[in-house]
Amino acid sequence: ASVSESLGNIRPWLQKVTTQAKTTDSKYFTTTRKGEIFELKAELNSERKDKRKEAVKKVIASMTVGKDVSTLFPDVVNCMQADNLELKKLVYLYLMNYAKTQPDKAIMAVNTFVRDCEDPNPLIRALAVRTIGCIRVDEITAYLCDPLRKCLKDEDPYVRKTAAVCVAKLHDIDPLLVEEQGFLDALKELLADSNPMVVANAVAAITEISDSAQTDTAADMLCWSGQLINKLLTALNECTEWGQVFILDAVANYTPTENNEAQNMIERVSPRLAHANAAVVLSAVKVIMKLLEMLDPNSDFVLSTIKKLSAPLVTLLSSEPEIQYVALRNINLIVQKRPDILKQELKVFFVKYNDPIYVKLEKLDILIRLTSAANIANVLAELKEYATEVDVDFVRKAVRAIGRCAIKVESAAERCVSTLLDLIQTKVNYVVQEAIVVIKDIFRKYPNKYESVIGTLCENLDTLDEPEARASMIWIIGEYAERIDNADELLESFLEGFADEQTAVQLQLLTSVVKLFLKRPTDTQELVQQALSLATQEADNPDLRDRGYIYWRLLSTDPAAAKQVVLAEKPLISEETDLLEPNLLDELICHIGSLASVYHKPPAAFVDGRGGGQVAKATKGLPSRLAAEAGGAAAAAAGAGGGDFGAGTGAPGRPAVSVIPTQESLIGDLLDIDMSGGATAAAAMAAASASTNQQPVDLLGEGLDSLLGGPAPSATSPVPPSGASAAAGGSGADSLADIFGGLGGGVGGGLGGGGGFDPPMETWLPAQKGKGLQIEGRFLRRGPQLSMELRLRNNAMQQLNGFAVQFNKNSFGLAPAQPLAMNPLAPQQSVTTLLPLNTKGPVQKMDPLLTLQVAVKNNIDIFYFACLIPMYALFTEEGDMDKRVFLSTWKDIPPENETQFNLGSYAHDADTASTMLRSFNVFTIAKRSVESTDMLYQCVKLTNGILVLAELKIVPQTNAYTLSLKSRHVEIYPGVHEAYLAVLKG
Amino acid sequence: VYNHKGEVLISRVYRDDIGRNAVDAFRVNVIHARQQVRSPVNMIARTSFFHVKRSNIWLCAVSKKNLNAALVFQFLYKMLEVMGSYFGKINEENIKNNFVLIYELLDELLDYGYPQNTDTGVLKTFITQQGVKSQTKEETTKITNQVTGQIAWRREGIKYRRNELFLDVVESVNLLMSPQGQVLSAHVSGRVLMKSYLSGMPECKFGINDKVIVESRRAADSSSAAGATKSGHIAIDDCQFHQCVKLSKFDTEHAISFIPPDGEFELMRYRNTKDISLPFRVIPLVREIGRTKMEVKVVVKSNFKPSLLAQKVEVRIPTPLNTSGVQVICMKGKARYKASDNAIVWKIKRMGGMKEWQLSAEIDLLNATDKAKKWTRPPISMNFEVPFAASGFKVRYLKVFESKLNYSDHDVIKWVRYIGKSGLYETRC
Repeated sequence: ASVSESLGNIRPWLQKVTTQAKTTDSKYFTTTRKGEIFELKAELNSERKDKRKEAVKKVIASMTVGKDVSTLFPDVVNCMQADNLELKKLVYLYLMNYAKTQPDKAIMAVNTFVRDCEDPNPLIRALAVRTIGCIRVDEITAYLCDPLRKCLKDEDPYVRKTAAVCVAKLHDIDPLLVEEQGFLDALKELLADSNPMVVANAVAAITEISDSAQTDTAADMLCWSGQLINKLLTALNECTEWGQVFILDAVANYTPTENNEAQNMIERVSPRLAHANAAVVLSAVKVIMKLLEMLDPNSDFVLSTIKKLSAPLVTLLSSEPEIQYVALRNINLIVQKRPDILKQELKVFFVKYNDPIYVKLEKLDILIRLTSAANIANVLAELKEYATEVDVDFVRKAVRAIGRCAIKVESAAERCVSTLLDLIQTKVNYVVQEAIVVIKDIFRKYPNKYESVIGTLCENLDTLDEPEARASMIWIIGEYAERIDNADELLESFLEGFADEQTAVQLQLLTSVVKLFLKRPTDTQELVQQALSLATQEADNPDLRDRGYIYWRLLSTDPAAAKQVVLAEKPLISEETDLLEPNLLDELICHIGSLASVYHKPPAAFVDGRGGGQVAKATKGLPSRLAAEAGGAAAAAAGAGGGDFGAGTGAPGRPAVSVIPTQESLIGDLLDIDMSGGATAAAAMAAASASTNQQPVDLLGEGLDSLLGGPAPSATSPVPPSGASAAAGGSGADSLADIFGGLGGGVGGGLGGGGGFDPPMETWLPAQKGKGLQIEGRFLRRGPQLSMELRLRNNAMQQLNGFAVQFNKNSFGLAPAQPLAMNPLAPQQSVTTLLPLNTKGPVQKMDPLLTLQVAVKNNIDIFYFACLIPMYALFTEEGDMDKRVFLSTWKDIPPENETQFNLGSYAHDADTASTMLRSFNVFTIAKRSVESTDMLYQCVKLTNGILVLAELKIVPQTNAYTLSLKSRHVEIYPGVHEAYLAVLKG
Repeated sequence: VYNHKGEVLISRVYRDDIGRNAVDAFRVNVIHARQQVRSPVNMIARTSFFHVKRSNIWLCAVSKKNLNAALVFQFLYKMLEVMGSYFGKINEENIKNNFVLIYELLDELLDYGYPQNTDTGVLKTFITQQGVKSQTKEETTKITNQVTGQIAWRREGIKYRRNELFLDVVESVNLLMSPQGQVLSAHVSGRVLMKSYLSGMPECKFGINDKVIVESRRAADSSSAAGATKSGHIAIDDCQFHQCVKLSKFDTEHAISFIPPDGEFELMRYRNTKDISLPFRVIPLVREIGRTKMEVKVVVKSNFKPSLLAQKVEVRIPTPLNTSGVQVICMKGKARYKASDNAIVWKIKRMGGMKEWQLSAEIDLLNATDKAKKWTRPPISMNFEVPFAASGFKVRYLKVFESKLNYSDHDVIKWVRYIGKSGLYETRC
C-alpha cells in the first residue's frame, strides 16, 4: 500500500517528465507509431487485468527490439503487485532492463520485492530473489541482504538454489558486502545441503566468487578438503546434467594429496564419461586428465583409464557440429598430451563430405598428429582426396599436411613427394603454391634427395603470386643453384621486380643470389652486384640493408668465410612443428571444455582481469609429479629451430600462441623505438666498416662465427648484436673481450663482487607471455656502473637468437650503454648476462615514477614488460658534500617539502647504519647526538642531479628509526623511503 | 535469438558485462560478415560469441568469461529442443508469437548464466501457455520439490489404465567407401527411444546383448546366463545414457536401471564400429567420354535376408555443375535428374534382400568454359530404412518393477521395434 501511495504523489511530477521527454526526444517518437507510448500508458493503467497484461507484453516486445520504453517505468511497476505470476515475471523482466537507467524510480519497487520474498508461494519467492540480484542499483542492494539471508535458509529447495546463485550476483556488485554479511559462510553451508541442485548451484556460485575474488577469504573459498570433495562426488549421481558440470569443473581445481585418493577420484568420475551431455563428458575428461598426472604413468590403472577415455571422446564426434568442434579442439590438446589415447581411432577423424569447414580443418589437424608409419598409406590416400576439394583453406591445409607426413614418416616421404607432384600437375593455382612451400620443407628435411622434382617446380614459376610461395621457390633455386642451369636467369627475373616484393621475398632473394654467386662465381658477378646495391641503396627496410651490408663485406673481404657463412650446413628440421609449448599445454589441459581450450590460449589472454586483481591468481597448473618428464618432452621437441629459412618464411617452430602484451597503449611507442634502434645500429655498423678497414675482417669473422655457433644466423634481428657492438667499439680486442667476456667474466664478477646486498631476481617476463622466453632480472650498481642483470631462459622448443633490448622513455633516462650481448639460446638453456646502463636516454616522467618499460626482441617476436627500478640503483657517488653546503641547501628547501617516515626498528646502531647506507652511496654528512638520540644528516644525489637531504633519527633504546626527507622534488620520496627500508633490512 | 536478417527477436542479458552493443557486434561481424564465418565460436573485441543456426534463426550466446564451451553449445541445443517441444517448428513467426513464453522459459532455464533445469517434462508442469492458475500451497511445494529433487524428470501420481511401453531401436549406419569397394570408415550410431506409459514410480531394468554386459552377467549368475547363446553378442564401443539411468550402477554392475520419465525420451545412445552388416553396397562406374559426355553406371546390391524389405531407398548421384542433359535408364524404381541439386535421384520404394539393381545414365556436359572450376566429384550418397539393426543390437529384456502399485512386469504391454536408417552412407566415385 505504501508504494501506491508514494506513487500517487509522484505521478503528476512524472507526467511533467514524460512531456519533457516528448519534446527533447522527438526523433524517437517519429520512429514509432504516433502516440504508441501514450496508448500503452493508458492500457497499463487500465482497470481490466487482461488488458494490462496485453500492454505489458507489448512493452516487453518493444524493449526486445531495442526501443526505449523506459518512460513507462512507473506504470509498469504499478502492475507489479498483481498476483498473476506470468504478469509478474514480465514486469520483473522490464525492471531488470531499466532499473539501472532509472535508479531513483527503481526504489519504488523495493517494497514489493521484499514482500514477494516472503510470499507463501515458493515460485514467487524464488522469482523475487532471482530478480532482485539482477537489479544493479546500490540503493536496492542494501535492501537485499535481509531477504537473501532468509531465502538462503528457506525451507523450499527451489528458493535455496536460487538464493545461492544470487550470492554470486551480489558478489559481483559488491564483494565486500557479501563478506561482511557472512554470505560466504552461508554458501559453504549450502554445500552440505540435502538437495543436489542446491549443492550444484552453491558450487557454481563459489567457483564464480573465488575466480573473481579480491580478498583472500573469498579466494580461499575453493580450498576444499578431501572430505568435501568426497561428498560432492556423491552428490554427482543425483544432480541434473548441468549440476554435474558445475561440480566436475570445481572438483578439477582440487589436487588430492596422495595417489590413492586420486585413483579413487578417477574411479568415481569415470562413469560420467557415459553421459549423454557433451559438457559432462568433457569436464569428466578434464578431471581425469589432471589426476592422471599424479599417478605412475606405467601402472595398470593409468593404462586402463587411458583406454576408457578414448571411446567417449570418439562418441563426441557424432554429436552436433558445434559440439564436435569444441570436442575436436580439445582432442587436439589431449592428443598432444597423451598421444596413446586415440592412436587406434584414426579413422573417425576422416573428413566427411558434409562436415562444416571448421570441423574439417580440425579433423585434419588431428589426423596429422596421429599419423605414423603404420597408417600412413591410409592417411595419404585421404589427404589426396581432400586436396581436390573446393574449399581453398581446407585444400591448402591438406597439401601442407601431406608435407608434414613426409617430414614425419621418412619411409613415406617418397610417396608424399609424388603425390605433391601430382597435385602440382593439376595447375590449380593455390594448390601449386602451397605444394611448393611444402616441398621446400621436405628439401630441408631430406637434402639432396628429391631434386629431380625441381624441373617441375620451375615450370610453375610464373603462376606464383603469394610471397611465401615465391620465397620458397627462390630458396629452392638458391639452394640447388649448381643444378639448375638457368638459375641465374630465374633469379634475375625475380630481381626485376625487387622493389615490389615483400620483405620476406626480398631477403630470400638476396640470400639466394649470394648463394648462386658463391657456387658459380664466374658468370653471376653482375647479378650479385645488382642485388646488393638494390638491397643496400634502395631498400628502406633496415633488416634488408643490414643483410646486404654483411654480405657485401663478407664477399669483398673474404669469400672463403662468406662461403662458410652462407653455405653452412643447415640443421635438419624436425617433425612435430606446431606443438604447443608444454607449459601452455599443461595449463590448457586444466581448462578442457572451456573457451581457453577452444582458442588454445590461456584464459588470461582473452578475459579481462577485474579491478587490477590484488590477489595474484595462480595460474592453474597440472600437479607436477612429472615435471621432469615434461622437460624431457620439450627437449625432444627441441631443435625444431628456425634455421636459415626462419628469415623469410616464418620459422616453422614458432608456437601457435599469440600473446597479448599487458601494456597495449605503449606498443606504438616502443615499436617506434625498435625501428629507430635498428636503424641507428645499422648506421653504426656501416660507419664502423667504413672507418676501420684493416681490422674488421677478423672482427667480423669472429663476430659471425660466434653467430654461427647456433644453427644459423637469423637475419630478422636488426643487426647481429655482438658483431655490431664490436665494430662500433672500434678499438678492437678490448671491446671484443668485453663483450664476449660479458657473458662469463662480467657476470661472474657481477655475482661475486661487491659487499652490498644484491636484490633477488624478479620474474619480469613469464614464459607464457614471452612465447617460451622467460626473463628474470634485477638492477645492480657496481661502483659507478649501473647495470641490469638479466637471466634469460629458453622454455620454447626452438633456439632463440637475435636478441636485442630497448628501453622506453623513462623518468631517469635509463638506457642500455651497449647492445645486449647474447649468444643464441638453445632450448631449455638459461643464461645470465649483465647489461650496463647509462642515463643518457630520453626522459619522460612515468607513473609510477620508477617504472621502466623494456622491449626485448628475438627471432620470434618482440616482447614488452615493465619493471620497477629500485631507487638506490640511482644513487650516485657524487652525493658527498660539505657540511655548510648541506646546511644551506637544507634551509633553501621550503619546509613544506619535508616529509617524515617511520622506518620501524633495527638492531644496528647509528654507525653501522651509516656504513651500510654509505655502500649504497648514501653519504652521511654529519652526526649529532641529542639527548641520547642519534641524528644522522645524510645526502643522496640521483643520476639526474636531484639532491635529497635526509635526517635519520635513531632512538637507541627502542632502536626506532625515523626518516625526514627534504628535496625540491617530493615525487621521489616514496622511492627513497623504499630504498632506506631495503638497505636497512639488508 | 536473431532472424536471418540479423534483427533481434529475443534477447536476454544475464550479466552486467555484456551490453546492448554486443547485439550489434554479432550482427555486423557474424550474420552480415562479408565472408562466411568459419567457426561457431568467435571472439570480437574480447567478447566471445557462440552461435548455432537453425534454419533461418541464429541462436547466439555471449560471454566475456572463460566458460565451459561445451556446456554453452549443449545448452543452446537443449534450448532448441525445449522450444521445439513447446511450439513446434522453430521459425521467426513461432518465436514472435511465443516470445512471452520464451522469456518465461529462459527465466527457468538459466540463472545468471548457469543452466538450471532443461527437462521439457518438468518445465511443462509449471510453465504452461495458459499462465499459471492460482495454486494451492501443496501443489507449488510439490512442483518445487520435483524441480529440484533427485528424480526431477518424473512427477508422482501418474496413472494409466493400460501400462504400455514402446521401444524403438533406431540405428543410423554411416559408411564411407572408396570407389574400389574398400570400406574407409563405417560406424553405427544407435539410439534407443522409449515411450513409457506406466503408472507410479516404476523402476526398469534393461538388458541388451552387449558383450561386456553379458559377460559380467554370466560371471554374476552362471545358471541363467548359461543358456544364453554364445554368438550374437556385439561389442559396443561406447554408450551414453539419459540422465535417468544410474550411471554408477552401470559402472559397477553393468546393469542399466532407471526410473523412466513419462512419455517419450531417448534412453541411450551407443556407437559400434565392429562387425557391421552393411545393408547395401553401391558400385559406381564413371567414364568420361570426351569433354562433353560422361557415362555413369551405378549398381546397388542389397545385402540382407531375402525375407526383409527395405523402404524409402534413394540413391543420389551427383553430376557436374555444367550438366546440360541426362538420359537415365534404370531397371527398378524411378530416377530423375534434378538440376537444382546437381544430382540424379534414384528412388526405389521397396527393395527385397539379396537383390542387385542397376542404373545407367549418360550425362551431356556443356563445353567447360571455366576450367578452373574443377568438378570435385562428390560422393554418391544413399538413404534407406531397413527393419533390422545393422550392428546386431538386440534388446534382451526390459523388466518393470513397481513396488507400491500392484501391477507386475507381466501386465505391462511392451513393444520393440528395430529400425536401421542411413546416416551418411557414401561411396566415393
